[in-house]
Amino acid sequence: MNTIYLDNNATTQVDPAVVEAMLPYFTEQFGNPSSLHSYGNRVGQALKAARQQIQQLLGAEHETEIVFTSCGTESDSTAILSALKAQPERKEIITTVVEHPAVLALCEYLEKEGYTVHYLKVDGKGRLDLDEYQSLLSDRTAIVSVMWANNETGTFFPVVEMAEMAWNAGVMFHTDAVQAVGKIPMDLKNTKIDLLSISGHKLHAPKGIGVLYLRRGTRFRPLLRGGHQERGRRAGTENSASIVALGKAAEMALAAMEHENTEVKRLRDKLEQGILAQVSHAFVTGDPDNRLPNTCNIAFEYIEGESILLLLNKHGIAASSGSACTSGSLEPSHVMRAMGLPYTAAHGTVRFSLSRYTTEAEIDKVIEVLPGIIDQLRKLSPYWKDGAPVEEAFDPAYA
Amino acid sequence: MWDYSEKVQEHFYNPRNAGALEDANGVGDVGSLSCGDALRLMLKVEPETEVILDARFQTFGCGSAIASSSALTEMIKGKTLDEALKVSNQDIADYLDGLPPEKMHCSVMGREALQAAVANYRGEVWSDDHEEGALICKCFAIDAVLIEDTIRANSLSTVEEVTNYTKAGGGCSACHEGIEEILAKVMAERGEAFSGDAAQVVNAAPVNKSVDQVQADAMAALTQIEMPVAAAGAVPAASGAPKLTNLQRIRKIEEVIERARPALQRDRGDIELIDVDGRMVYVKLTGACSGCQMASMTLSGIQQQMMEELKEFIQLVPVSKAPATSA
Repeated sequence: MNTIYLDNNATTQVDPAVVEAMLPYFTEQFGNPSSLHSYGNRVGQALKAARQQIQQLLGAEHETEIVFTSCGTESDSTAILSALKAQPERKEIITTVVEHPAVLALCEYLEKEGYTVHYLKVDGKGRLDLDEYQSLLSDRTAIVSVMWANNETGTFFPVVEMAEMAWNAGVMFHTDAVQAVGKIPMDLKNTKIDLLSISGHKLHAPKGIGVLYLRRGTRFRPLLRGGHQERGRRAGTENSASIVALGKAAEMALAAMEHENTEVKRLRDKLEQGILAQVSHAFVTGDPDNRLPNTCNIAFEYIEGESILLLLNKHGIAASSGSACTSGSLEPSHVMRAMGLPYTAAHGTVRFSLSRYTTEAEIDKVIEVLPGIIDQLRKLSPYWKDGAPVEEAFDPAYA
Repeated sequence: MWDYSEKVQEHFYNPRNAGALEDANGVGDVGSLSCGDALRLMLKVEPETEVILDARFQTFGCGSAIASSSALTEMIKGKTLDEALKVSNQDIADYLDGLPPEKMHCSVMGREALQAAVANYRGEVWSDDHEEGALICKCFAIDAVLIEDTIRANSLSTVEEVTNYTKAGGGCSACHEGIEEILAKVMAERGEAFSGDAAQVVNAAPVNKSVDQVQADAMAALTQIEMPVAAAGAVPAASGAPKLTNLQRIRKIEEVIERARPALQRDRGDIELIDVDGRMVYVKLTGACSGCQMASMTLSGIQQQMMEELKEFIQLVPVSKAPATSA
């Protein structure tokens, strides 16, 4: 059975052309780019080329604004901790309640260390209140960290506008753009974004490589100290094979940008409409009009997400869920809770995230099998009878 | 995705006794939509004998919740109510060849639905003492409520004490921050401040030292014998000790293993001596021990005791990692 992989916001398959590009850097091109001899020099040239490919994808002004890291999480940590170290008099951070744990867990830790963190709330569609944001910006703010697109719902935050507002208030702006890079066009040189995080494995490069975009002139303190790699901004011998791979992946993402926003989007919309037309008591979460072209998150009421995933998996379909049971926590996803999803639906969300490899036949297959799965689970549910919810019929000894 | 046993998967994909039981005379509802798990257990009980003639379920929940419900109905059909009530949540988990620690609450829910359904049949009101906290220590499946209660009851004030009383935090150490938070909260209730000093002492100690300490504590608790703690990595001096014959060595090795077994068996595990080849001692961990995240800690504690008994360097190797043959 062929796998239908619709979990590209979790990770993506490495493009075969990317694998091919990186392989020589495990074998004949094994040199250390810092070395003076020709082994090192050739690798150094390859890293420069990769830096330029990523510069192109981001629309950055200078290639030296690209700093290679090990992952998106490292980029996020570097950005936020750098802002605090570089501006010790500023003790406040502004972020949102729906950030990725890479930012949220760090912020929670920093609160314990004595920093003040303001968490911007979201409305039912996952949107921010920019008046609230404006009122929090001050000369006490060390950094604003707001994701470009939400990993669960795909909803965009207006980061270009928010960076402008931060700049006007004299505040540094970071965006975790791990989900957005490669899926929507970017032109960082014409924005006020100071720092931006990328994760390679979200755009068909391997795991273990990331980028921190660092606008020239931004005050900076490194997270890792040691050698002079990345101009002293990130010490540690360069992961040359993966850097070359990410460069190639960036070049391919730029070439596929049009396809992503037309064909991938069309398939996503077809999937969504196909499901909603057949399944009652289901709805799209987040802001349907303002989101990533590849992402669709649907809440199915009166059933639980992990069960849906297990049955989808049996049909070879890979998706993900924000239900508590998939994560091992007792609460459903913080993103769904922040949007105030009704409790009938909070445990039953399923995220489908497509890629440029997704085919029409795959989408048709999901539209064919999913309604039966939902029906099967609802028939098992004590909240469902004869095709309709019967919530009041359930009378638990405790709740 | 979860590492569900074959049996859990089988009961999830092909649930037994699913759906409404129209002529049920005992119904137990537990859980709710908002907590993400809800189970209705329906029983048809023969009034004369109190034998459960039929049992069916309806469940809203994850794979293991559905599998646990299915297993429960299979286990209790044909039993009398009193026999059925002897089915514990651990029995349900065992029937399914185990559940991941985070999912044990699914079996607890099954057990509670059973109690509720029996109470309903007998016309009693069942009130549960259901209290379940967030899972803090994943290595030993210890939740926040148990940790909190233990801290309160014993006036604990350090992570090490919590580990000694509950096991929580004795494995991978990832939950130490979480335990510190609970300590801070409970200590504030009794008017004390959680001293960062105690935490810092643990944190400031060299990593090897604190791991050693945890290991020694774990082993002392396991074997319930006094055990001198050797310095990190030190091999007991062989000076003056008469050389043991191979037979004597193996006997001593067996003695150490026999001493360790009762404690492992209490935790539903076991250890078996497979072979001794020079300084290599091959053992097999079975039951709950196989795949346990604490296995390496257990092994290194036993290894330490063997080295002390034999006065020589011993390497204890779990048999899955042993060479194919040892000549």
